[in-house]
Amino acid sequence: MGEVLVYVELVDAQVSPGSQRLLAFARQLADSCNSSLTALIASAERVEPGALGPADVCAEVRHPALWPYVPEAHEAALGAAVRARAPDIVLVENTTVGLDLAGAVAMASDMPFVSYCVELSVRSEDAHSKSEIYGGLLLAEVHTRLPAVFAMNSGALPDEPTAHPGRGEWAAIAPPAQLDSLRMTFVEPIEAADPGIDITKADRLVCVGRGVGSAKDMAVAEELAAALRAELAASRPVVDAGWAPRARQVGKSGSRVKPRLYLALGVSGAPEHVEGMRASELIVAVNTDPNAPIFNVAHFGAVADLFDVAEELSKLVGD
Amino acid sequence: MNLVVVLRLMANLGKDLELDPSGADIDRDAVGWSMNEWDSQALEQAILLKEATGANVTAVALQSAEVRQLFWTAHGRGADRSVVIEGGEIAPFDSRLAASTLAEAMRELAPDLVLVGVQTPSDVFGQVGPFLATALGWPHVNVVTDVRLSAGTARVQQEYAGGRASLLDVTLPAVLGIQSSSSPPRYVLISRMRQAMATPADTVSVRPVRPSVSPTLVALRRPEHRSTVTMFVGTSAQIAAQIADVLRVRRVLEV
Repeated sequence: MGEVLVYVELVDAQVSPGSQRLLAFARQLADSCNSSLTALIASAERVEPGALGPADVCAEVRHPALWPYVPEAHEAALGAAVRARAPDIVLVENTTVGLDLAGAVAMASDMPFVSYCVELSVRSEDAHSKSEIYGGLLLAEVHTRLPAVFAMNSGALPDEPTAHPGRGEWAAIAPPAQLDSLRMTFVEPIEAADPGIDITKADRLVCVGRGVGSAKDMAVAEELAAALRAELAASRPVVDAGWAPRARQVGKSGSRVKPRLYLALGVSGAPEHVEGMRASELIVAVNTDPNAPIFNVAHFGAVADLFDVAEELSKLVGD
Repeated sequence: MNLVVVLRLMANLGKDLELDPSGADIDRDAVGWSMNEWDSQALEQAILLKEATGANVTAVALQSAEVRQLFWTAHGRGADRSVVIEGGEIAPFDSRLAASTLAEAMRELAPDLVLVGVQTPSDVFGQVGPFLATALGWPHVNVVTDVRLSAGTARVQQEYAGGRASLLDVTLPAVLGIQSSSSPPRYVLISRMRQAMATPADTVSVRPVRPSVSPTLVALRRPEHRSTVTMFVGTSAQIAAQIADVLRVRRVLEV
């Protein structure tokens, strides 16, 4: 099989933790099919190579337009790398950057694209993969002819970067001409205003999911949080609906938390949410749906109405 | 300025989500349908832009049996026009063909900006926004949480993991994958909904370019429960008592 090419995300000129884990995953995949692993570095300056250890080849597209991150520039760089290296498998992490790049490059290069992947292996000319869809309620088993592009869910990647070294060669890829005529410009980074809430520091969290149903019903969860001396947290749909501030959001687009107690009320447990809370020491979940994926990560659970349980529990633990 | 917002129906996630006899699709007759939640955010963002700039908002959706309920919401919230796009059969999960079909319609509708929800929970074969933009040759930004319009440019806020974000200027025409609108989606009054239900939709018929490559969805399965969750049963009071016991035994309450 031809090579595995990983798009490496950089944060502050360093390989992101997610990309380190993606490289570890890709190293195992490349080894399993006697393939070579190429890490694509699209940047304005040379990147510290330490975290690129698992790669056989560090392919570099260097151009001033590649920092700070602008989607169109990185799409052009990945497209150039795909043309130059002709990989059989292109891997991105299912992040904002992954969403920007993977589908666009797959379509431009006429390659199939499989998203939300949690497993991936190669059998002769085909890739066999599994994707989490419908908020983790179902797994889709997919067969794909190679070459193809895959977006890996962050929660499915190995927890630790690999120590297994690759050959560590460097290769330059000529910057594509589009980089000099972009239709997008970076204006400025947005510093998150300090809202005075830091759920990552809380010992106990009561997290409210969409099962709460409305803004006024948040009061029940607030009372329970007060009784437990816990911070209130929320899943993305609750924040997007405006029922809780974004600073309280747990998950992929919010905070990663690891409290001693995570009490999930009406949280279905979509992969993006679980990614941000599965490391909690004690997870207790209450949901009316017995199939809710939150029960896959919970230590204790109950299929019940969250309001009834929350009210009873407030009475028991209050004062 | 002309804005198009793409609206899609999504299966309601819950216990009615069952597999059909083929095992490679959900039972689409047994499940309820609502507007994809990210499309609802995209619709709200489009209406906010209309209110800020006087832009014209057209809601579009691919032909399907329940498409009218999408347009009722769109008109109820303030969309000016609704368009059903007919482009032939699209297999379940074939987001690439859906995007190609939408792309042909955009050539006819000629919008300055397309807003679409950043994803759906069933995008196993990729998200529509980047496919649509690539088919049109337009720039695109995803995971957008705020949009401002000026002549020929959209200033957008893009969010990354860990609460980081940037402001980007994008030359129009462009496609934006909306994560959340700059203020939460509004409720529609029943009286406005009644008016909206009387508003007819236009139809645009297109012949999409079919993708030459596509993966095969072999089967859908429920994930095996790997965890060793202990389930509490009983009345709400009994469940609460069992939770309280665990918190005491684990000394969670004494810290």
